[in-house]
Amino acid sequence: MGLEKLLGDNIITTSVDSVAKWARKNALWPMPFGTACCAIEMMATLSGRFDMARFGAEVIRFSPRQADLMIVSGRISIKMMPVLLKIYEQMPEPKWVISMGACASSGGVFDTYTLVQGVDQFLPVHCYIPGCPPRPESLLDALMKIQDIIDEEDSDGKAEEDREKPEPETEEETGDSVSAEQEVVEPSGS
Amino acid sequence: MSEKRKAPGMPAEGAEQSPPETLGLELLRKGLAADPEYRGEHPEPRFFITDEAEDDFGGKTMTLNLGPQHPATHGTLRVVLKVRGEKIVAADTEIGFLHTGFEKLSEHMSYQQWVTVTDRMNYMSAMNNNVGYAIACEELLGVEVPRRAQVIRVILSEFSRLADHIVCNGLAGMDVGAFSLMFWAFERREKVYDLMEAVTGTRLTTSYTRIGGVFRDVPADFDSMVKNLVTEFRRFLEEMRSMTLGNRIFEDRMRGVGIISSADAVNWGLTGPILRASGIAYDVRKARPYSGYERYDFEVPTQEGGDSYSRFVQRLEECEQSLDIISQAIEDLPEGPVLSEDKKISLPEKDEVHQNIESLIHHFKQIMFGHGILPERGREVYSSTESPNGELGFYIVSDGEMNSYKTRVRPPSIFHFAVLPKLIEGLMISDAVAVLATLNVIAGELDR
Amino acid sequence: MGTPLTPEQITERLSKQFGDELSVHLPPGKSAAQVAIVSRESLEDTLSFLQSEAGLEFDFLVDVTAVDYLHFDEPSIQERFAAVYQLYSTIHNHRFTLKTPVPEDDAWVPSAVELWGSALWAERETHDMYGIRFKGNPDMRRLLMPEDFPGFPLRKDYPLRGRGERDAFPQYLDSGPISGGAGKEGGGG
Repeated sequence: MGLEKLLGDNIITTSVDSVAKWARKNALWPMPFGTACCAIEMMATLSGRFDMARFGAEVIRFSPRQADLMIVSGRISIKMMPVLLKIYEQMPEPKWVISMGACASSGGVFDTYTLVQGVDQFLPVHCYIPGCPPRPESLLDALMKIQDIIDEEDSDGKAEEDREKPEPETEEETGDSVSAEQEVVEPSGS
Repeated sequence: MSEKRKAPGMPAEGAEQSPPETLGLELLRKGLAADPEYRGEHPEPRFFITDEAEDDFGGKTMTLNLGPQHPATHGTLRVVLKVRGEKIVAADTEIGFLHTGFEKLSEHMSYQQWVTVTDRMNYMSAMNNNVGYAIACEELLGVEVPRRAQVIRVILSEFSRLADHIVCNGLAGMDVGAFSLMFWAFERREKVYDLMEAVTGTRLTTSYTRIGGVFRDVPADFDSMVKNLVTEFRRFLEEMRSMTLGNRIFEDRMRGVGIISSADAVNWGLTGPILRASGIAYDVRKARPYSGYERYDFEVPTQEGGDSYSRFVQRLEECEQSLDIISQAIEDLPEGPVLSEDKKISLPEKDEVHQNIESLIHHFKQIMFGHGILPERGREVYSSTESPNGELGFYIVSDGEMNSYKTRVRPPSIFHFAVLPKLIEGLMISDAVAVLATLNVIAGELDR
Repeated sequence: MGTPLTPEQITERLSKQFGDELSVHLPPGKSAAQVAIVSRESLEDTLSFLQSEAGLEFDFLVDVTAVDYLHFDEPSIQERFAAVYQLYSTIHNHRFTLKTPVPEDDAWVPSAVELWGSALWAERETHDMYGIRFKGNPDMRRLLMPEDFPGFPLRKDYPLRGRGERDAFPQYLDSGPISGGAGKEGGGG
């Protein structure tokens, strides 16, 4: 654009969208919904050796209102499921969910009367981690996958492919490319 | 609502009614909340906490909900507190948020398969659960375990105990404000994980024991790994002592809260470090030795106070004893097999299964449905071991089939958590957290 | 610690005291220990005798549970359920197992809460899982299952996978809840 020349070396110009995405993905605040064995591995991931802080996600928030990434780690029973739904509801948008371990993802070996067979029946899950329990490296990998997902989304939390595309212009209306004013006037519908 | 609520100790409402009929699927689909007929046995008094209007202090109390998703509960526990200012007037608890149906599952899995489930019970020290269950099954079947396997079990379960105790102490430190203690403890726990990984293949859920022994031998450098770890742990315990004991803030927070007298501790069924911190020297390893614990020279330390501080110190003392046991056991690790030679109990080597018809038949008889390990019909056994939290018992009834007719787990945590409302009454909220931390309630074994 | 008594010696002392009301069962197997079976009418007396009698002094109730004998014809238990008590003495270091048959249509047992505090939650759990009432226990709420849960999961006629309880929840997608489900309220109270 040429603006950089005017502003000097210390200022970078970019779109608001990319700044928001960059900030979001490098400062995820997880809400650890840890119930069972996986929660111990999650604690191991947070502590010294694996150190989740390297990925900008060390600010564990036990209040859902301050968090944007929910890590469901452990078995979810029928008594716990309403709690999980309530806490998920309380998290502000945009929010992402990691389902950590076999039990949260599918019920695992516990095909019993009391265990919810996968939280994805009731919640949108963005990333699943296999394992019983998964190793801390897997959790870190899932965190990076979530960062990739954030990267691909627009700042309003919609993935590129889900975004409603503006109607393609018909040839009779105008042969020119769409002008900026026209796009603003059209209801975005998103 | 208020007139229907009852204080603790009052006879429960509808105590003379017979249990309600079980309901069908249709009603459930319609929605339980919509059905006025069935609301459980105690529909109204959800918590045994008296109402605000009955308070002497002009109703200046409030009800505070702690959990089931709360950092101070270290798991899925729920405590409902009635507080006046910061002071707890009454408390009630609710559990079951992690109920998984382990006991029901045991009626549908073979004896060997259920070993994997025991890991998920007390995940802080999975090895002790493995060992406890294997010993119960061996008692049920009358199997002899090779000496080498017994010693390996002792070493690994003592390391598991160490890892459990230091993390419990670390988390207790975190709850009273010494946050770095938890990170330190976890750093050492990782060292135990390294050993477990080298031996069992996994970090946390070990599933290492089999009925009749352990599933594979230890690696060649096991000896040096264990000795290095013992040296490191001795240094670490010294560090933990110097950081906490004698620290003014730490002692002020921990001393004199949650006092349990020795008579109460026995009457309430408390076991393990909590019982011993109240002055009763009951340890299953001494009272009914298993896996050759009688060979080792160790003490059962006790404390006098019975408060949170005593429980913290008690765990540190027990760590020292565990290190002593490990040092003696590793010097005395005999050669030999690690799994019982009894072909009806243990699986043959995989190589032999591929090449030898007899081993193939043994393998088939073990694995296929309707064969497997078959204890005598009508046999039943209650066997207990000393897990880091206390007496871990298994009560198994066999009907002669390949899966148990009933397996009951006697978890120590459930008895420990039951006393919490009594302990925290009259304390501050922050003291309640310090009490809960030293009870070391593990939701997995609490709810099963 | 005193000298531990064997289960045989303990049942001998019990039958001296209670005579006909007590029957003794020896499960098969080499190292099996004797189990005393008492009727629920004399259970309270037996338990308090075991707790207070000099030389026995079972001061520690280890566990209370139950067994559902629906699919298993155990000759010593003629009713559907049996409540099982595991006792231990920290004074004498001996153990003992006691059983009481419980009929299905009138499933209750006298509570041991007056004698041992540890019975409070152990009995509560047994009630939750088997539907056996413990008369005299002040707290017979459900322990592990939700309070509106129908049925008793550890009974043998209750299916392993339940009766659909685990599927009845509202569903949340990005736009919020879309179906009512069971309309369960959250755990907050």
